[in-house]
Amino acid sequence: MILAVASGKGGTGKTTVAVGLALSARGGASLLDCDVEEPNCHIFVKPEILRREPVMVPIPKVDKDACNSCGQCSEFCRFHAIVALKTEPLVFPELCHGCGGCAWICPRGAIREIRREIGAVEVGMNGGLRFIQGIMNVGQAMSPPVIRAVKAAALEGNSEHDRVMIVDCPPGTACPMVAAVRGSDAVVLVTEPTPFGLHDLRLAAETVRKLGIPFGVAINRSDCGDGRVEDYCGAEKIPILLRIPERRDMAEGYSRGESILSAAPEYREPLLRLLEETSRMAVENKKP
Amino acid sequence: MKIAVTCRGASPDSPVDPRFGRASKFILVDTESDGFQVIDNAQNLNSAQGAGIQSAETVSRHGAEVVITGHCGPKAFRVLSAAGIKIVVGAQGSVAAAIESFLKGDLAPSECSDVDGHWE
Repeated sequence: MILAVASGKGGTGKTTVAVGLALSARGGASLLDCDVEEPNCHIFVKPEILRREPVMVPIPKVDKDACNSCGQCSEFCRFHAIVALKTEPLVFPELCHGCGGCAWICPRGAIREIRREIGAVEVGMNGGLRFIQGIMNVGQAMSPPVIRAVKAAALEGNSEHDRVMIVDCPPGTACPMVAAVRGSDAVVLVTEPTPFGLHDLRLAAETVRKLGIPFGVAINRSDCGDGRVEDYCGAEKIPILLRIPERRDMAEGYSRGESILSAAPEYREPLLRLLEETSRMAVENKKP
Repeated sequence: MKIAVTCRGASPDSPVDPRFGRASKFILVDTESDGFQVIDNAQNLNSAQGAGIQSAETVSRHGAEVVITGHCGPKAFRVLSAAGIKIVVGAQGSVAAAIESFLKGDLAPSECSDVDGHWE
């Protein structure tokens, strides 16, 4: 089962929950850190990194001799990554989504695609847990290709760690979050019982519904704030799979780079129940 | 000579918009006929990225030879330069006053962008 741990709001505890789930599952599990702009699961897992591979994306390269400045590439590109104004096209690699449309539409075959490095995927192990993380290079703006590379690395070969794959997703509901959540069998949305937590939970719930993936909610710091997240979940029939109260010892453990299980080993049972429940939801969802 | 000035309103008396990529409008003044044209730029206000590039394409398509604005980032500067358009930054006050300053030589074209891009 692939279980994505996502949220609308950042800082609600995705990493806490994702690491806790991966460590609770023990044998046969993988943890994928898809929050590639600032991956931090490694701090808690402390894996030995076994291999590192660059993530490349295609960008256009214009043959100046063949180009007659017709501007069709420029008109085609909705991201303004290639611009031709009476002159040979200018390329802005950081805006390019790598669709290849400019090369395809060029009537003179003057554009070919070259590869540009935007980040890396690292694969490691700690005990029985396989660990895979994406790292986007500083200054890059587009994380989905790195996120897809992390998932592709997790799915290739090595099936002994495929029983449970936990995906720590980037926050928000934009392209990076969708890239991370897409293809998972179930999603747990981590939130907090505050107005911001509720506002962003709604957005995240709507996004995951559109993707057609079953999901439930984990409420972190569940004894602070108010009851509106619980009311919302009740009204929307969204199962609440886990509640973690605000506890100083857990926060201190986190600040030392320790998983939730070291400060609160009693959470292994609720985390395992969450895995069982989401697994059941995934199976249910796949029935015709 | 056609001069495009970033503008918050719809007339030469309106104030210069300090932003180039996300300017509300451009006032395109023809110094020979003294006539002017208003070019709306609302679509760019909400574009996620590439606003400077798209604004540069807009003013180029309208035949501007000079752009007068408050600030200009590196991508817009690169596109405008490639199109042979002069870029004047640091303009304040009304569009008419900015054009006058430029024609008198108080405001001169820049050699490089004066602000960083949003991801640089």
